[in-house]
Amino acid sequence: MTRNLARALAIAAFAMLVAGCQTGTVVLLPQKDGTETAVVVKQRDGEVTLRAPYAAAKFSNTGPQAYKSSEDDVAVQFGAALAARPERPVEFTLYFIEGKDELADESKQIVTAVYAEIAKRPVPDVLVVGHTDAVGSDQVNDPLSLRRAEIVRAGLIQSGIASENIVAIGRGKRELFVPTDDGVAHARNRRVVIFVR
Amino acid sequence: MKCVMTDSRTKLHERKRGPALFAVLAMCCSLASAAEIGQVKVVRGQVDLERNGQTLPAKVGMRLETADVLRTGADGSVGITMADNSLLSAGSNSILSLDRFDYDPTTNQGRFDTQLQKGSLSVISGRMAKQSPDAMTVRTPSAILGVRGTEFVVSAQ
Repeated sequence: MTRNLARALAIAAFAMLVAGCQTGTVVLLPQKDGTETAVVVKQRDGEVTLRAPYAAAKFSNTGPQAYKSSEDDVAVQFGAALAARPERPVEFTLYFIEGKDELADESKQIVTAVYAEIAKRPVPDVLVVGHTDAVGSDQVNDPLSLRRAEIVRAGLIQSGIASENIVAIGRGKRELFVPTDDGVAHARNRRVVIFVR
Repeated sequence: MKCVMTDSRTKLHERKRGPALFAVLAMCCSLASAAEIGQVKVVRGQVDLERNGQTLPAKVGMRLETADVLRTGADGSVGITMADNSLLSAGSNSILSLDRFDYDPTTNQGRFDTQLQKGSLSVISGRMAKQSPDAMTVRTPSAILGVRGTEFVVSAQ
């Protein structure tokens, strides 16, 4: 009897131990730009979707349990991880003359700000993303957008940024800054976006 | 004694290690390849990077590759940026593996899967998660998080 009880307790204790082991929490944080976001939390026995700032879920062996966390809770539990966040990428946009890979005059000064940001970072790496407006096919725009990005990259290299730290890519007309119908020329869409990170 | 179950699960998640020769070849050849998926930006305290079965101290500026595993010590934390502008940082006593990072920068499409085997992690998702809602997942030993373009923190014990 006592032995059985002891065994039952041991099993219960083990079950609790196992259940306790599969723990963890997830907390949705406020977005910097206020855009809508969500995290879908899936476990074998259920699913919870977090949508609002500080919406949270605890993992358990009966599926995720939703709760409301707070800024203070997050600071206590995740202070070290948050303190180690790399600085966010800073974004600069340069505009181009229609159909060409030549910078518009207004954009030439922005280049100075780009260098200043690069100089501020301990191990800077730069992503240069070229775009076109909606005139022309992908076959024309993909290489044009890449050429614009490559020109900016070459400029950065020429002024002393190590080439292995700069990647140039072209997105063609896939990411219009100003939404337009296909075939519409728009100066704000002919651009290169530089991310310094 | 504590967390027997989690420990055994964690082992299941660890990658199989290839023969040493393969590891050496992979390391030398990766220098010339475009396999880089991110960069270590912040290192505090003890942080190790495990790659192809070898463990080296993580240093600021180090380039990251698919299947890299970052481990932080009791006083450690680490912050990394990924090629799609995702930002990840782990607190102390954490194991974070970069299981998969396939990124097409032209379309912003691809797949980014990480695993927090234990510890704490802060995530700011990047261009892939913004492009398609199913592009990024973070796993823990007991849960899978689908990232819909967002900032969040997650812990696993």
